[in-house]
Amino acid sequence: MSAAAVMAHWAGWVCLAAGAFFCVTGCLGLARLPDFYTRLHGASVTDTLGAGLVLLGLMLHAGLTLVTVKLAFIGLLLFFTSPTATHALAKAALTRGLRPLLGSEEAPRSKP
Amino acid sequence: MIYAGAAAALLLALALALARAVLGPTVFDRVQAANTIGTLAVLLLAVYGFLTGRPDFLDLAITYGILNVIGTIAVLKFFSYGDLGEPGEDAEDART
Repeated sequence: MSAAAVMAHWAGWVCLAAGAFFCVTGCLGLARLPDFYTRLHGASVTDTLGAGLVLLGLMLHAGLTLVTVKLAFIGLLLFFTSPTATHALAKAALTRGLRPLLGSEEAPRSKP
Repeated sequence: MIYAGAAAALLLALALALARAVLGPTVFDRVQAANTIGTLAVLLLAVYGFLTGRPDFLDLAITYGILNVIGTIAVLKFFSYGDLGEPGEDAEDART
């Protein structure tokens, strides 16, 4: 195993771990945030950073094979469709009259 | 094994997204959660293919990704018609 292959292997591990972390973080935001628009923000973390890093890690492990081409195709598919769906959803929600949750300026401040 | 850990993390994320899909107060929350579940299913299929040493699963992942595109188009159609399939409006459509 050459030095470059070892480097690619470890980089793939790091990318996979980071991607899994961002997937869980994004879905935690999707489950816990208070408002629809803030939840969209949480879900976009999963769609971009999480999916991108997991697929990049798998690509680094696969090397230059047909598997890498398929992974790149999946990544390209997700890269183009997820933001489109998020944009359409946000616009549809706003058109249907779902107001974002805003902090009012008259509310008493928690800090003096 | 890092693949098993990644698959477990993706399953945890899937459970959280599923909770939002069940709880979501508005229909938009549910659509967003379904979209996220589709993305996570594609990732889980890819990781599972590596976990079992059979990257043929990637073909299934590509198929699921293309189905996700169809879901996206459905969302866009919802937007262009401004109708999100509320029960009352369906009954109205059935009468006319």
